[in-house]
Amino acid sequence: MNLSPGAVLSESGAVFVTVSILLIPLAMAGLALINSGLGRARNATHMVMASLCVVAVAAGIYFVCGFSFEGVIGGPAHTVSIGGKPWNWLGAQLLFFRGLDLNGSPASLAAWMQLFCVGLAALIPLGAAAERWRLGAICTSTAVLAGITYPLFAHWAWAGGWLAQLGVNYGLGHGFVDAGGSGVIQTVGGLAALSMAWIVGPRRGKYTQEGMPSAIPGHHGVFVIFGCWLAWIGWLGLNSAGAVLFSGLAPARTVLVGVNTTLGAGSAALMTALVTRMRFGRPDASLTANGWVAGLAAGSGGCAFVAPAAAVLTGLIAGLVVPFVIENLELRLAIDDPGGAISVHAVGGIWGLVATGIFGRFPAVIVNNADSLARTPPPGDSGQWVAQIVGVASLLGVVLPLTYGFNWVLNRWSPQRVSAEGERQGLDLHELGAGAYPEFLTHGDEFLQH
Amino acid sequence: MKIAALFLLLAGWLLVLAAVVLLRTPAPQAAFVLAGLGVEALGVGLLFRSHAAPHGRHE
Repeated sequence: MNLSPGAVLSESGAVFVTVSILLIPLAMAGLALINSGLGRARNATHMVMASLCVVAVAAGIYFVCGFSFEGVIGGPAHTVSIGGKPWNWLGAQLLFFRGLDLNGSPASLAAWMQLFCVGLAALIPLGAAAERWRLGAICTSTAVLAGITYPLFAHWAWAGGWLAQLGVNYGLGHGFVDAGGSGVIQTVGGLAALSMAWIVGPRRGKYTQEGMPSAIPGHHGVFVIFGCWLAWIGWLGLNSAGAVLFSGLAPARTVLVGVNTTLGAGSAALMTALVTRMRFGRPDASLTANGWVAGLAAGSGGCAFVAPAAAVLTGLIAGLVVPFVIENLELRLAIDDPGGAISVHAVGGIWGLVATGIFGRFPAVIVNNADSLARTPPPGDSGQWVAQIVGVASLLGVVLPLTYGFNWVLNRWSPQRVSAEGERQGLDLHELGAGAYPEFLTHGDEFLQH
Repeated sequence: MKIAALFLLLAGWLLVLAAVVLLRTPAPQAAFVLAGLGVEALGVGLLFRSHAAPHGRHE
């Protein structure tokens, strides 16, 4: 079977998308470094090892069944009719990539890209549940995300599902648009991070008996900042490939994607640095790194459809909001999120989707579902922001309960949190049998308030 | 409380879907979509509240 998705690529276009996809693993490496650097030295190897396992499990499960549930634009799908309109809600590809010709066609490139994207989404919860999440539980939770929740929403948004069809069926702009994955990757991962932070609870010693949080500093600022550099390069590839494959952007027009991605991240990081400089007297490196990644996450959704000035504004707002959300989650809501994953990816991603609806200026036709190819006249931008809000509502109303529910069940079946002794010892020694820095003297918990 | 919060999330989403399917005029449709999102915000708030850890739980 030769699948025929909406995007049509020339040979040079396919080469461009291939190169862009090859950059995406750098984003995964970047997140792994950031999460490792923001944690304590006693958990450093465990974090990187867990990241590798997450990528492996996510790719494997996506190959087994995830791609089948997600499908591709124009491919077979389960559809129901509501009010006389078709609602395409789940892909119906064969399991194990069967029927997919891995020949450089847009469908095969999309499947390959998704192998990386699902790993990127699954890495996000590691930052929120770091330092107390068992390796086996991480792999099980990743399997659920890669096999169920991610493909479900990715089908709705990227494979001609009902969200992408909101424009064709109900006149809501071009339907839900998410060129680089602010919703599909960042918010899905960020909501999984929130679920895991709730389920495993705060780290031992994070809160005093009076409920005051203690600062638990990360062990390697250079890892964190270097991770931001890698993430930036990976995001350039991610946004470019996504814009071409899922929105039908011509490869030559991805210059705008590169400009917007860079401006968004830069403006967000500068804004966070400025905010922390004003509040604390000096810029905070880890929060600035969070601002950088939040700018990337927020900029993904509309990277191909907003003017550079709008990308800057999107980044500035992301960079302004993120440090306050991080602070309030920790101080007021007792959410212990060592990597800032919830604020960066969930809040940043949702803001990116809304910003796409506000600032987006779209070409005549966006190839986000097969029906739009034949549609004349092309839809206008009216109602686009409503389509984006429907997408956000679907993330909160379906993806969050599903993610929380599945992980709650997994936690009942086998506790996801490591034992108190393991947490005190550090996950490197407890789960892997060796520390990351054996010749160095590492600090204990003496800096924590008891 | 967690179950109620999850139901609120689902109810908000269904409200949004109903607005999209049943309403054709832009203004009421947008209003109901935002109302659905508001119901979801209540659900998220309730989830946060239900997970507010007893102080020192993991001391």
